[in-house]
Amino acid sequence: MSNAAPTIEQPPPRDGSPLLDVEHVRVLFPVKSGTLIDRKVGAVHAVDDVSLQLREGETLGIVGESGCGKTTLIRTIARLIDATSGAIHFRGQDITKAGRRELQPVRREVQMVFQDPQASLNPRKRVGQILTTPLRLRKIPRDRLESESRQLLTRVGLHPEHLNRYPHEFSGGQRQRIGVARALALDPRLILLDEPVSALDVSIQAQVINLLDELQDALQLSYIFVAHDLSVVRHVSDRIAVMYLGKLMEISPAEALYTKPIHPYTSALLAAIPIPDPHENRSRTRPLVSGEPPNPIHPPSGCRFHTRCPRATEVCRTVEPQLTEYSGGHLAACHHPQHVSAQEIERATRSPASPLTAGDQAPAG
Amino acid sequence: MTAPETLLQVEDLRVSFATEEGVVRAVDGITFTVQAGEVLAIVGESGSGKSVSVMTLMGLTRGQNARFEGKAMFDGRDLIAASDAELRKVRGAAIAMVFQDPMSSLDPVYRIGAQIIEQIRVHEPKVSKAQALDRAVDLMERVGIPRARDRVRSYPHEFSGGMRQRVMIAMALANSPKLLIADEPTTALAVPIQAQILDELRRLRDQTGAGIILVTHDLGVVADIADRIAVMYAGRIVEQGTLEDLFYDPQHPYTWGLLGSITRVDRNRAGKLPAIPGQPPSLLAPPEGCHFRPRCPHAFDRCTELPELVSRLPEAPEHPDRCWLEPERKRTLRQVGDQIGLATGETVIS
Ligand SMILES: Nc1ncnc2c1ncn2[C@@H]1O[C@H](COP(=O)(O)OP(=O)(O)O)[C@@H](O)[C@H]1O
Ligand SMILES: Nc1ncnc2c1ncn2[C@@H]1O[C@H](COP(=O)(O)OP(=O)(O)O)[C@@H](O)[C@H]1O
Ligand code: SF4
Ligand code: SF4
Ligand SMILES: [Mg+2]
Ligand SMILES: [Mg+2]
Repeated sequence: MSNAAPTIEQPPPRDGSPLLDVEHVRVLFPVKSGTLIDRKVGAVHAVDDVSLQLREGETLGIVGESGCGKTTLIRTIARLIDATSGAIHFRGQDITKAGRRELQPVRREVQMVFQDPQASLNPRKRVGQILTTPLRLRKIPRDRLESESRQLLTRVGLHPEHLNRYPHEFSGGQRQRIGVARALALDPRLILLDEPVSALDVSIQAQVINLLDELQDALQLSYIFVAHDLSVVRHVSDRIAVMYLGKLMEISPAEALYTKPIHPYTSALLAAIPIPDPHENRSRTRPLVSGEPPNPIHPPSGCRFHTRCPRATEVCRTVEPQLTEYSGGHLAACHHPQHVSAQEIERATRSPASPLTAGDQAPAG
Repeated sequence: MTAPETLLQVEDLRVSFATEEGVVRAVDGITFTVQAGEVLAIVGESGSGKSVSVMTLMGLTRGQNARFEGKAMFDGRDLIAASDAELRKVRGAAIAMVFQDPMSSLDPVYRIGAQIIEQIRVHEPKVSKAQALDRAVDLMERVGIPRARDRVRSYPHEFSGGMRQRVMIAMALANSPKLLIADEPTTALAVPIQAQILDELRRLRDQTGAGIILVTHDLGVVADIADRIAVMYAGRIVEQGTLEDLFYDPQHPYTWGLLGSITRVDRNRAGKLPAIPGQPPSLLAPPEGCHFRPRCPHAFDRCTELPELVSRLPEAPEHPDRCWLEPERKRTLRQVGDQIGLATGETVIS
């Protein structure tokens, strides 16, 4: 990473350099026991050495079972949680340890939208107040606050007259639109969306997904879109990352993840989702994984997925797999990759995004 | 093969609640049957009356402010007219229920085993404690709980969400029910665990011949396990039929909208998703006539009258729907296959 001092004007990144660069980030939550003396007995390995990049205008989907660290990862990127180790660069600026002052412009450019619109909007504030707080941070003059708020509501498909309503006077889908409007109020570049449609009915999900799509095009936004299953992210993402127990299992251009999943865990996630088309659903073979994710305080040795993986061998139990980069920017952390030929394995390289604790064995078919 | 046995026959069931704001017509005249050995899925958006419908069958919506009309015949008895005491005998025995949140039905201070044993002995007092314990272990093994013999001694909080849901299914099976009602049993679970639980339900149906009512909003789950489907919208069933009928020859514009707006893991649906515009009506003051009218791109004059739930397809008398459009007209309006759904994809919010 460049060591150049951050410029005040924040020029757009040079071609090729990512908007966001997450390097070997770990977040451990200490687990304490004892009521009188706090004794640290271990730690939840919520995010355990994850590296990924996001380009300007791109949507990265992040998928994995609940508890795998998705929320922790994006809250760390938003600097709402401190990384235990690793580094986060935004537009080339190291924000991992940035203080309040340095962080201010970044805070504005990086916004979050939460899963539960009900819980994330202050019930005692009218929509107008919810929107003017961030607008003031942007130093919008007093006399323009109302017109700006109205514009924001129109932008997200709500009536501008609804400025005087309280959050509870809206439906779930409308509240999620308010959450999006609040994020937009700061004129962000990057929006971190934490399961933004999981709590909504399918017909309303489609409305919100379409809205996010339109906004991205109109405002040149970049998104990280977190979801717990692989069907919604297919529609919205350019690239997709699959997480399991705090680790990155696979990351690839969106289409390739579905047509050519390399990691057995990705296949398991794909197989587990029933297809809403009875004929096609029946004609699939669906190898289901058994059991449940192990305890993140004592994650399995070697490959974290080995306790549930149908392809696991001895090496999986002892050596943490490196992240291997296959052609087309397709990365997977597995000793026994699927859907790749011997030649593809031959040509593959170890990615610098590999966890620092990973072994150096190349994958074998 | 013998003719299927009709387990449950619900006729024009209505449930309304008096509230400060007015009368909520949560269930507005629904009619359906459940046969032995089949899974009937009830699908619809949240607030459409799915839970109230099935909880009413178990007597769980009875209260000062509730009013009921219609019938629900089960085993020669009308569940709507039955006394609380009669229903208590049926509930948990001949009809069992699994809810979305297992913690709401498990007692946190008792061991899992004790709760299953209690469940068995309430309905079968002659069974000894030791016998009931053996049965509890057996039930837990049947629903895929490993090391069941040890884990009967665990408390609910020591189990994961998926394991608790298995315990709920084990308890539901304890008295060999004829009818199992499962209200969003997998909604709160991670996808791989959801698939495991659906497998258990399928096995249960195949092995015991019980009928299952599965309430869900997930059309993938429906495609995976249902034999027949009832689509609910704003308190009414708007279409009913077999899995084939509903997925490959859907008759109601709301069903088209539902099928059209889902994202699929096996398809790259580039471009705009065909969303259903607007949102469901308030059940305090629903629109006159067809409840879907304000969101329906095909509405016309006649839609201010309520369409009956009847089949308009001579070839499929068991596939009724509530829509005034002629079947021929529907075929031209709806796009089938991957493009199935509403023709317009506008996002309108009022
Ligand atoms: N503040 C916290 N303190 C302790 N453990 C936490 C905290 N936040 C999350 N965790 C744990 O970290 C892991 C990852 O959680 P989370 O990031 O919320 O996962 P996801 O969003 O993928 O469901 C889980 O085991 C969770 O219990
Ligand atoms: N006890 C009650 N008093 C008043 N309204 C109720 C009561 N129970 C449910 N409702 C209302 O009935 C409607 C249908 O609810 P429900 O059956 O839970 O929907 P679903 O299960 O389809 O999401 C909702 O509008 C809900 O608010
Ligand atoms: S490394 Fe081994 S255990 Fe891990 S996913 Fe690959 S085959 Fe399975
Ligand atoms: S009855 Fe009319 S409003 Fe209702 S679904 Fe049919 S066409 Fe649309
Ligand atoms: Mg989360
Ligand atoms: Mg419900």
